[in-house]
Amino acid sequence: MSPTQWDLPVELCCRPMAFVTLTGLDVVYNAVHRAVWDAFCANRRADRVPISFKVLPGDHEYPKCRPKRTSYEWYIPKGILKTGWMNKHLNLVPALVVVFYELDWDEPQWKEKQSECATRVEIVRQSLQGRNTKVAVVLIQKKTPLPPGEDVIASERAAALCNACELSGKSLFVLPHTDHLVGYIIRLENAFYEHAQTYYYTEIRRVKSHKEFLNKTTHQLLFVRHQFKIAFFSELKQDTQNALKNYRTAYNLVHELRAHETNILEIKTMAGFINYKICRLCFQHNTPLDAIAQFRKHIDLCKKKIGSAELSFEHAAWMSKQFQAFGDLFDEAIKLGLTAIQTQNPGFYYQQAAYYAQERKQLAKSLCNHEASVMYPNPDPLETQTGVLDFYGQRSWRQGILSFDLSDPEKEKVGVLAIQLKERNVAHSEIIITLLSNAVAQFKKYKCPRMKSHLMVQMGEEYYYAKDYTKALKLLDYVMCDYRSEGWWTLLTSILTTALKCSYLMAQLKDYITYSLELLGRASTLKDDQKSRIEKNLINVLMNESPDPEPDCDIFAGKTAQKLWADRISLAGSNIFTIGVQDFVPFVQCKAKFHAPSFHVDVPVEFDIYLKADCPHPIRFSKLCVSFNNQEYNQFCVIEEASKANEVLENPTQGKMCLVPGKTRKLLFKFVAKTEDVGKKIEITSVDLALGNETGRCVVLNWQGGGGDAASSQEALQAARSFKRRPKLPDNEVHWDSIIIQASTMIISRVPNISVHLQHEPPALTNEMYCLVVTVQSHEKTQIRDVKLTAGLKPGQDANLTQKTHVTLHGTELCDESYPALLTDIPVGDLHPGEQLEKMLYVRCGTVGSRMFLVYVSYLINTTAEEKEIVCKCHKDETVTIETVFPFDVAVKFVSTKFEHLERVYADIPFLLMTDLLSASPWALTVVSSELQLAPSMTTVDQLESQVDNVVLQTGESASECFCLRCPSLGNVEGGVATGHYIISWKRTSAMENIPVIRTVITLPHVIVENIPLHVNADLPSFGRVRESLPVKYHLQNKTDFVQDVEISVEPSDAFMFSGLKQIRLPAQAFYSYQYFCQATGSTHG
Amino acid sequence: MGKRTRYLTITAICIPVITKENYPLYIRSTPMENELRFQYMVHTSLDMVDEKISSMGKALVNQRELYLGLLYPTEDYKVFYTTISKVKFVMVVNPSNTALRDNEIHRMFWKLHNSYIDVMCNPFCNPRTISRPGTDNMVMSMMIQVC
Repeated sequence: MSPTQWDLPVELCCRPMAFVTLTGLDVVYNAVHRAVWDAFCANRRADRVPISFKVLPGDHEYPKCRPKRTSYEWYIPKGILKTGWMNKHLNLVPALVVVFYELDWDEPQWKEKQSECATRVEIVRQSLQGRNTKVAVVLIQKKTPLPPGEDVIASERAAALCNACELSGKSLFVLPHTDHLVGYIIRLENAFYEHAQTYYYTEIRRVKSHKEFLNKTTHQLLFVRHQFKIAFFSELKQDTQNALKNYRTAYNLVHELRAHETNILEIKTMAGFINYKICRLCFQHNTPLDAIAQFRKHIDLCKKKIGSAELSFEHAAWMSKQFQAFGDLFDEAIKLGLTAIQTQNPGFYYQQAAYYAQERKQLAKSLCNHEASVMYPNPDPLETQTGVLDFYGQRSWRQGILSFDLSDPEKEKVGVLAIQLKERNVAHSEIIITLLSNAVAQFKKYKCPRMKSHLMVQMGEEYYYAKDYTKALKLLDYVMCDYRSEGWWTLLTSILTTALKCSYLMAQLKDYITYSLELLGRASTLKDDQKSRIEKNLINVLMNESPDPEPDCDIFAGKTAQKLWADRISLAGSNIFTIGVQDFVPFVQCKAKFHAPSFHVDVPVEFDIYLKADCPHPIRFSKLCVSFNNQEYNQFCVIEEASKANEVLENPTQGKMCLVPGKTRKLLFKFVAKTEDVGKKIEITSVDLALGNETGRCVVLNWQGGGGDAASSQEALQAARSFKRRPKLPDNEVHWDSIIIQASTMIISRVPNISVHLQHEPPALTNEMYCLVVTVQSHEKTQIRDVKLTAGLKPGQDANLTQKTHVTLHGTELCDESYPALLTDIPVGDLHPGEQLEKMLYVRCGTVGSRMFLVYVSYLINTTAEEKEIVCKCHKDETVTIETVFPFDVAVKFVSTKFEHLERVYADIPFLLMTDLLSASPWALTVVSSELQLAPSMTTVDQLESQVDNVVLQTGESASECFCLRCPSLGNVEGGVATGHYIISWKRTSAMENIPVIRTVITLPHVIVENIPLHVNADLPSFGRVRESLPVKYHLQNKTDFVQDVEISVEPSDAFMFSGLKQIRLPAQAFYSYQYFCQATGSTHG
Repeated sequence: MGKRTRYLTITAICIPVITKENYPLYIRSTPMENELRFQYMVHTSLDMVDEKISSMGKALVNQRELYLGLLYPTEDYKVFYTTISKVKFVMVVNPSNTALRDNEIHRMFWKLHNSYIDVMCNPFCNPRTISRPGTDNMVMSMMIQVC
C-alpha cells in the first residue's frame, strides 16, 4: 500500500541521527575514496556512533538560511510545524561538513595545494552562510604519519593550513590511506560525532533563545513548534532523556491550543506526532508502562475531538492510525526483548485500530454516499502549488489561515466534497483486514484463542463486505467449530448466517446445504420465520431449483449469484452430497438403539432408529440406510421411498418417511445374524439419511456410529445433571433425551436344549481310575447332529495339575503319563429327540488336591429364524470340582520277637516288621494282595506270605501284617540299612471287575543295625505245673571275636524254689554258645 | 434495602453465567441491539479467565471464592469476573461509572452468586432452561434486581 494521508511521516518514525556530509570524495572513479566511503557506511553496527552520512559534491547548495528575525512582535505563525522541517534537519542541513582533500605533508607543491584546499572550504562556508554548521578538513595521505611532535614539517604545515582555511586545530584531521583504514575511520567519526553534538547543542540554545520574544496571545503555535524543535534536536544529539522531557512539554502545549473545527485536525496531527515520539522514547527507555499511560492519556484527550461532522471518518481514520502506530511500537519493543502479557499485548491495540477502521468505513459509507452524478471538483481543492502542504494537518484550500471563521464557505464545501469523494475510493476492508490479521497474530502468541476466533469472525465478515466470499467462508468455517464446541449458539448462528450468505452468493451447493441444515437445527437461535424461509430454500435446492436470495445481500452480487444458481441447475452429474454430521448440528437428530446388548443367533436382531427434526415444517426423507461393521447386513436395513408407480397406491411407508418437527420418529429394523458371527460384535458404523432424491439433488446426512452430532455430548451431560421430571407423553412416544444410543450388540449362540448330567463318587483316590459317568439327554424337538464331547481337566488351572492328571475313555487299563489331561471333540454321534447317551470317563489323579473338570457338549441343529433355515451350533458345559485324597495310610514299625518296640535292631537277631494299613477312603477298599520286597541286606526268617489277601476295609478300619526278619551284621552303616518295599494291590470294593487293580508301593523305612557283644536267650517252657520242676534254659552267646569273662547270678522270685548254681563265673569263648540250666520249683498262687 | 440506592449508580450492561465447560448458561444484556457484541466480549474474556485459573493451579481449590477483578480494559466497557465451583459470572460494566469501587463490584457478585444458588437449589429447576429466554422471568428479574 502506498502511504496514505494518515500514515505517520517517515522522518517522524525513524531514529534521528546526526547528519554529516562528506565532500570531496569521488566514490565513482577513485578507488581510495570509494574505500573510505565504504568504511564509513558499511557494517554500521550498534556500537558505532549514530551518524547518518551523505556524500555530496563540494559545491553542493545547502538549503538557504532565512535571515534572523530580530523581533517577533509582528510575526504571526501560520501553523504549528512545517512539513519539511524534520526532513530538512535529518537529510538536508548537516551538523558538520567534512572536506576531504588529498594532501601529504611533504607535498612539493604545498602552497598551491594549500590554497586549493582553502578555496574548497570557503565554497562550503559560502553555501552554509548563516548556519552554525561546522566544517572540518580531512587530509587523505599516502604515508603513515609519524608520532605527533616528531614531524616538524607536519606540525608547521598543519598550522599553516588551519590558518589558511580558518579552521581550529580540532577540525583538521589526517587520514593515512594504509592498512588500518577502518580503525582510522572509527576515530574520525567519533571526532565528527563530537562536532555534531556541539552543533545540535547550539541549535537547541538558539531555539530556546527565541522563547523570550514570544507572547502567549499570538504565539501559541510557536510555543509548540519551538518545544518540538528542541526535543527533536535533543534526539539528534542523542539526548533522549531531554528529548522525552521536551516532547512531554510540547504535548501539554498542544492541548493548550485553542481548538476549533478549523484547526482541530492540525492539533490532532501534532498531538499524534508528539505522542508517537513520547511512546517511542518510553519504550526505548524500557518504561513500557509510561508508554501505555501516555497513550491512554492521549486517547482520552483526543477521543472526543472529532472535528467537522461531515468529515468524521477522518477522526476514525486518525484514531485507527494512533492505535496501529502504538501497536507497532509495542510489537517492535517486544522484538527487542520486552515481555508482554496476555492482558497487555499489541493485539489489543491492533484490535482497537481495526475497530476504528470499521467505524471509519461505516461513517464513510453514510457520509460519502453521493450520487454518481456528483463530479469531483475542478480545480482540485486538495492540490497545492508545491504538491505538499506547508504545515502538518492543515487544509490545502486554506493553508496558513488561522481565523476560526470560514472566509469562503463555498470553497470549504468544495474541499469537504473532494475529501468525501476521495474517501469513497479507500479500500476500507483491506485496511480493516490487515489490522485484524495483525491482531490475530498477536492474540495467538498470547494465548487468547477466543479473542483470536472473534477477530477471525470479524475478518471473515469484512471479507464478506469486500465481496471476497471464498476467503470469508474459509475463515468463518475455520472458527465455527470453536463456538460450536463451547455451545455459544447465538454467536454460532450469527456466523452461520453470514456463511450462508457467502455460500449463496457463490452458489456453493454443498456449503449452502450444510449451513442451512445447521441454521434449521436446534443450535440455531434464529426466529421461526427465518427458519421457515431457510427450510423453503433448502427444499427448493433439493428439488433442483434456485433458492430465494438471502436478505441484505449486495444487489449486484445477488444478481451474479442468481445467474450462478441458474447455471448450477443446468449442470447434470454429481448431485449427491454426503455430509458428515459429527462436526456440526443438523436439524435432524438420529439415535440408534439395539433392543438388547446381546442376541441369540436364532433370534432376529432388532434395533430402532430414532429420528427427530427440529425444522419448522415437516420434511420428507427419501432413504435411510444403516451400515454395519459386517456389511452383509446393510442390505436388510434400508428404507427407501417407494418407486413412483407404487406411490399411487396407499403405501404404509409414506407416513414413515415424513418427519414432523418436534416429534420423535421410531423406525424398527430386524435381521437375522449370520451363524459365523456368533461370539462377535455387530456394530452400527453409520446411519445415512437421504433428503431429496437422485433426480434432483440429494443430501446424505451421515452419522458415525449410532448417531449424535457436535452438540449431543454436551446435551447428554446437561440432561444427566438435570433432575427435572419429564412430562408424561402418550405410550407410543418417547422423550428424545431419554433415548440412549446403543450402537453395538453381541451375537451369542443359541440356547442349548440338552441336559448334561455327571455321575461319580467323590472324592477320587490317588492314582485310581476314577469313573465319571456323563449322561447327555436331548430335549430338542428335532434330531441333533454331530454331538461332540470335550472332557477333562478344565484349562487354565495350575500347570502341575496337567502333568498329574490323565483322562481316558477306557477304564480297563491303567493310564500312564502319555495320556492327555483333556480329551477334545470326542464324536458321540447324533441324538433323536428325547434320546440320551452315557459316556464313561476315567480320570487318574497322581496328586491329592482339588481339580476342576469340564464337560462340554456341542452339537448342531437345524432351526428357523424369521422363516430362514439356519444351522445353529449349540453347546452346553458342566464343570465339577473333584477332590483327590490318599486311599489309606501305611504305618510301619519294628518290634522284637517279644513285640517290644525297637529303636534299632541287632545284627543276626530276628525281629518283627509290622505294617499297619489304615483306610482313609470314605468308600470300602479291597486289598487284593500285599507283598513285601526285601532289600538284599535283609533276610527273612520264615515265609513272606501276604496275610491280608482280599481283605475289605471300611473307612477307619486297618489291616496289619507281621513279618519276621533278620539282618546280618554289616558293620556300622550310616543312616541305617534299607529294609525294602511294601506293595499293596487294591481297588475300590464297588469298582467293576474289569477295572484294573492299583499297585501302591510304599518304601519301608531304614533301620539302624547294631552289633551286641553277648546275646542271652531264655528258653522257658510255656507253662509249668505246681510243685513240679520247671526247667529254665538260658542261652548265652558271645558275639565277639574274643573270649569274655561272664559272671552269672540268678535271683529267683519268691514264688519259686530254686536249684542249681546261683552264681557262676566262666569264660565265654568267642562265637560260642553256652547252655545254662537251672531248675526252679515253686507254687503259684492259684 | 437501604443499600439499594448505592447500587443504582452502577449500571451493568451484560451479565452472563457461564458453566464449567464454558458454555453460556444465562445471558442477559440491557441494550438488546448490541447483544451479539456483548456475547463476543464475554466469550473472549474467558481467555483471561482460563489463563488466570490455570496459573493459579492448586491454589484454586483452597480458595473459597475467586474474585478476579478487572479482566481486561477495553475502550468502552470493563469486564469483571468471579467464580465459585467453576461456574463463572462475568459483568460488563459501563465505564462511565468512574466511581466504581472494587468492593462494590465484589458485593454485587456476592449477591448474584447467592441468587444463582437459590435458583439452583430448586430441585425442579432445569439447568438447561435457564438459558432459554422467556422461560423463567422470575429468575431473570431476581438476577437483575441485584444490580
